[in-house]
Amino acid sequence: MIDRLLSGDRPNSRPLALVLIVIALALAFAPFLFPGTKSLDTAARICIFIVLVASYDLLLGYTGIVSFAHTMFFGIGAYGVALSLSALGASFTAILVGVLGGTAVAGALALAIGLFSLRVKAIFFAMVTLAVASAFAVLVSQLSTITGGEDGLTYRIPRVLTPAFKLLDMRILDVRIDGRLLAYYLVFVSALVLFLGLLRIVNSPFGRTLKAVRDNAFRAEAIGYRVIWYRTAATVLSACVAALAGALLAIWIRYTGPATTLSMEIMIDILLMVVIGGMGTMYGAMIGATLFILAQTYLQSLMGAAEHATGMLPLIPDLVAPERWLMWLGVLFIVSVYFFPDGVVGRLRSRG
Amino acid sequence: MADPLLTLSGVHTHIGPYHILQGVDLVVPRGGVSVLLGRNGAGKSTTLRTIMGLLKPSRGEIRFDGRLIGGTPTPAISRAGIAYVPENMGVFSDLTVGENMQLAATQGAFDATRLSWIKALFPPIATFWEKPAGTLSGGQKQMLAVARAIIEPRRLILIDEPSKGLAPAIVTAMTRALGELKETDTTILLVEQNFAMASALGDTVSVMDDGRVVHAGDMAELSGDAGMQERLMGLSLEVHQ
Repeated sequence: MIDRLLSGDRPNSRPLALVLIVIALALAFAPFLFPGTKSLDTAARICIFIVLVASYDLLLGYTGIVSFAHTMFFGIGAYGVALSLSALGASFTAILVGVLGGTAVAGALALAIGLFSLRVKAIFFAMVTLAVASAFAVLVSQLSTITGGEDGLTYRIPRVLTPAFKLLDMRILDVRIDGRLLAYYLVFVSALVLFLGLLRIVNSPFGRTLKAVRDNAFRAEAIGYRVIWYRTAATVLSACVAALAGALLAIWIRYTGPATTLSMEIMIDILLMVVIGGMGTMYGAMIGATLFILAQTYLQSLMGAAEHATGMLPLIPDLVAPERWLMWLGVLFIVSVYFFPDGVVGRLRSRG
Repeated sequence: MADPLLTLSGVHTHIGPYHILQGVDLVVPRGGVSVLLGRNGAGKSTTLRTIMGLLKPSRGEIRFDGRLIGGTPTPAISRAGIAYVPENMGVFSDLTVGENMQLAATQGAFDATRLSWIKALFPPIATFWEKPAGTLSGGQKQMLAVARAIIEPRRLILIDEPSKGLAPAIVTAMTRALGELKETDTTILLVEQNFAMASALGDTVSVMDDGRVVHAGDMAELSGDAGMQERLMGLSLEVHQ
């Protein structure tokens, strides 16, 4: 049963399986294990980024395509829901319209970019995606009457998904069963389904062909596969999943703006998460996203505690002062890339 | 020769600024093994890649079973029934041996009899089925490359120097396997520098030099005539092996 859910793609390493189970269980029971607004928000972001990073892994790790337009597709999905909720009011119909619209636009744009530029060398494709993504970000910030410009859009979501809605009057394990909890599980279940779907795709004959294309495009052509078609299909699929992840983010944070979806910073974060987790493994997305977002969220407070604890010593409190958290985040990345050149998953698999 | 399977007439191919094929005329009859000989740089591999559509001919005509295929996209040529085993063991090294084989099985599933025939022909295929192809030895990779090309019945197989860089024992095994393949309904166009292998397998032979076919005839005739070999292939040492 589990084997079927995972499409036969087992972690193949005991420690890796253990880490993945811990992450999955922690996310599944996050509202009860880690009560509090901040931790629930972190858990939801982890779910969303697992999907986003896994969809990028389909492109980078499995097909060997470097694209800088992934946040653009993520943003299109988020803006789809944001615009639809702003225009049609807080209803599930509006969410559905936004999700479908955003995904369709992302897919169509990916198809156009793929067909026009996947024939050229990899480096040119990367440049084209960079140019299109930058142009799109400028467009969104300029069309402020529609998109809210740099300020973004704030909107209401259906009341069922807000903290004001009470599903049950009682508390379970001291947690209120409210709309926020429902929203979390909407995000969690959608992310789970999308992740398992991606796992199914990469383990299908289609996924096998993608790996062959990555390995050697000419040989794949010579045994009868139209490489351009497979590359374009992977681009479109990954764009659609990224758009769906964007839609989840838009529903969860009830705000959509360039800084939360379109920025180059997020693009670099995604790249780092794929590399740290392990390219071409899917499970790497789970580990990379979890580690990265936990570090991003909690490193600062952890360092604050460390500064406090080392207050008596010379120099060290200055080094671990919370305002230096970005430097330490950087050091963490360098160390992890140095020690895990194949990502955490690659490392754990080679041991197990 | 009545109704050949493949004909090239006056084919020219350029690679960048270089004019590699300068009017190749080549006829591959149905059935048996046609060998393409010639010294390094004569244009043998370029001929195979042009047939396969990996290089576009700038002039000339290529007909496969009477149909023009010059300039057709590679995947279409492959689906028309031509398989290609490139030089340097063209395997997908990140995929397992089994996955490599599955890629070539366009019908989705394997024909069980054919698969067990191939496994008997090349035992390492069965032994290393679950292993990544990148971990195989040179000879095993070459066996996988040939096995992948024949997993489904093809009408024509282009094989580029299957003996290159292999130990003598493996060359013998490869020769035997290709000999068995020859007994099936498949036509083979073999590029080979190893004259012993070429003469053991070949029915007809074409010799290339400077981008043209300079001799075409029966293999037996060339094998028996040392003077002709000397004249056609010059001082190429490999041909005397």
